[in-house]
Amino acid sequence: MEVYLDNSATTRSYDCVAEIVAKVMLEDYGNPSSMHMKGVEAERYIRYAKETIAKNLKVSEKEILFTSGGTESDNLALIGTAMANRRAGCHLITTRIEHPAILQTMHYLEGQGFQATYLPVDENGCVRLEDLRRAIRRDTILVSIMHTNNEIGSLQPIEEAGALIKSINPRIIFHVDAVQGYGKFRIYPKKMNIDLLSVSGHKIHGPKGVGFLYINEKIKIQPILFGGGQQKGMRSGTENVAGVAGLAKAVERIYENLEEERDAMYSLKERLIRGVTQLPDVRVNGIPGWDGSASENRDSAFDLRNDASENEETARKIRRSAPHVVSVSFRGIRSEVLLHALEERGIYVSAGSACASNKAPKPSDTLRAIGLEKDLLDSTLRLSLSVFTTQEEIDYTLQTLYDIVPVLRKYTRR
Amino acid sequence: MFTSFLIKYAEIGVKGKNRYLFEDALVQQIRHALKRCEGSFEVHKTQGRIYVDALSEFDFDETVEQLKTVFGISGICPVVVLEDQGFEQLGRDVVSYIETVYPEKNKTFKVAARRARKNYPMDSMEINAEMGGVILDAFPNMAVDVHNPDVLLNIEIREKIYLYSIIIPGPGGMPVGTNGKGMLLLSGGIDSPVAGYMIAKRGVKIDAVYFHAPPYTSERAKQKVVDLARIVSRYTGSIYLHVINFTDIQLYIYEKCPHDELTIIMRRYMMKIAEHIAKETQCLGLITGESIGQVASQTMHSLAVTNEVCELPVYRPLIGMDKQEIVEISEKINTYETSILPYEDCCTIFVAKHPVTKPNLNVIKKHEQNLREKIDELMETALETEELIVVS
Repeated sequence: MEVYLDNSATTRSYDCVAEIVAKVMLEDYGNPSSMHMKGVEAERYIRYAKETIAKNLKVSEKEILFTSGGTESDNLALIGTAMANRRAGCHLITTRIEHPAILQTMHYLEGQGFQATYLPVDENGCVRLEDLRRAIRRDTILVSIMHTNNEIGSLQPIEEAGALIKSINPRIIFHVDAVQGYGKFRIYPKKMNIDLLSVSGHKIHGPKGVGFLYINEKIKIQPILFGGGQQKGMRSGTENVAGVAGLAKAVERIYENLEEERDAMYSLKERLIRGVTQLPDVRVNGIPGWDGSASENRDSAFDLRNDASENEETARKIRRSAPHVVSVSFRGIRSEVLLHALEERGIYVSAGSACASNKAPKPSDTLRAIGLEKDLLDSTLRLSLSVFTTQEEIDYTLQTLYDIVPVLRKYTRR
Repeated sequence: MFTSFLIKYAEIGVKGKNRYLFEDALVQQIRHALKRCEGSFEVHKTQGRIYVDALSEFDFDETVEQLKTVFGISGICPVVVLEDQGFEQLGRDVVSYIETVYPEKNKTFKVAARRARKNYPMDSMEINAEMGGVILDAFPNMAVDVHNPDVLLNIEIREKIYLYSIIIPGPGGMPVGTNGKGMLLLSGGIDSPVAGYMIAKRGVKIDAVYFHAPPYTSERAKQKVVDLARIVSRYTGSIYLHVINFTDIQLYIYEKCPHDELTIIMRRYMMKIAEHIAKETQCLGLITGESIGQVASQTMHSLAVTNEVCELPVYRPLIGMDKQEIVEISEKINTYETSILPYEDCCTIFVAKHPVTKPNLNVIKKHEQNLREKIDELMETALETEELIVVS
């Protein structure tokens, strides 16, 4: 049985996405800038995609810019606005648990003379509004907060943060990295005071190499790519028509039954958490209102013998985190070993975050930021679900964990 | 300009009656290496020399790079081949050759002519003297030095005329395949690929064995070893890489033996398995990247204990080298970058904080008795489930 539980790394495309991508590449392969019919046809895909996404966000089509994905969207959002607004100030604010596409870009901007504040998070990985309020200065020009954390699935108080920022200084630009949150939640930038919103195609069952950045038409931003002046000069380079067409298809599809599918995912997440906390010495990270000590005190948290009201309470807590990410620490087991042991049985998960795990294993910033004990940093797995995940797959995963965790615990480095 | 290469070889020259075997092997290896280059080439032996003639357009730098990977070559001389159109024309050609190759034109030089075609109207001495005059006339800043010239200009008169003066150093050594075959214990580290390279340089064909321990070591760690084998195979020709799943043996040792002896006992079983495969594949010895004192399992005491399980000789070409010297070679042969990728290998997963550095053979053997119940069966399974990867 193959069980893919690494959907925060990337997802399988919807069939309809693959179909339209192939159709564009094979039939409607024109350059949208060409003057002939082939070009016009290609341009239609771009226009249709803009309409689709604009409608989904309840914004104007003019405010949608296609990019190569989350990393480019984040880079453009930060560098583009910092550079264009440096006369207004040089202070930037973000959090300690952002994706490297934000953190590394912030470091770059610090090298360019900007100052950055990195907000801490609480033990569940959520930014505190009070910290944000105190961090905002007279010369703050940009605040960037992620919607959903990619490693532990914690949700940030985006709407509240947007309101707070604008109440202090309406000129501060608010960027939200929604790579993990888009496609799981309905996000309305105008209502939430979001000026910039980064989204990636391949996390929502769309193609890799494509994404978009919503840019509030009222803000000042400058391009970071120069060339043929496509997309009104804001992002030169021939549009990735096939990718954009696939992205639009994925957006349509994923929002079609969003609430229903999200509920199903939450149920599976709950099943997974209840199941995995049956094992001794495990800790689930990133769920607000839960102290994570299920292992020490199992009876009170997730024991199935508890009465209905407590079960309901648990379900409610889980629904305050992302529907698709489960972060679990297994004391005494190295995550890489557990990952490969699961892999041998056809289950694909992630240790920490896949975006960084091709390199030297380094303790995750997010896990450190939530104050996870040192012993558990290297013992934490991320299992991430998608609309394709089934209950059977979750049960198989649980059974496999029950089989191998005790064995792996027997052989540890002494 | 250059359309041919004269291949110089050092040690083969002294191999007496077997000389042709070595030369044929070298020709073979050169042909194999040039398959990786753009263009077609003819490699042939003529009067005790090996020539590589380009039969088509080719990329000079790429070709030289490939020739530099062939053991047995001590020097690569790019050659200009000229039609014989009389001495005066030859003089003009030599002048334009110097013009191009030595633009500063302020070198000392010596002409060394060799007249293999005896009907040429001048003899070697005459050619040397006359050509020296032509060069001095053309380049007043050049001077003759017959003892220690900057430029030794070789002119060989054969059917055609061959002109060369540059020698690009080759890797030396002997052509692979002239000295039997060895089994390299290849890990993902810095040392073992270098050890394989050094033994191959002496003409030995290399096979390799790698021990992996899933799930403790990853698919990427295995891929890294395959990549390393591929880099080494640029020098050695194709490598048969035997991948052995070592997990169960390792866990069994972990369970039954004192923890500080885990590594040394593990290495004894690795040697046993490697030797078994070596014997089955007609290898004449084992090759390891060990160097005295580098880690606990490579002290003199530990090496003696590891060595004790083998009947075949174990070659350790790095035995007296410092880490820095090994690193330098690995950088030269391009394995370093790959070797330092941070994947755990099976030697480090359960390593004790303080492993024994002076193991006692009798004690080790006594503790190995704890394994007698299942170890043979586990070794058999490991051998039966080996995965063979041909790397080239």
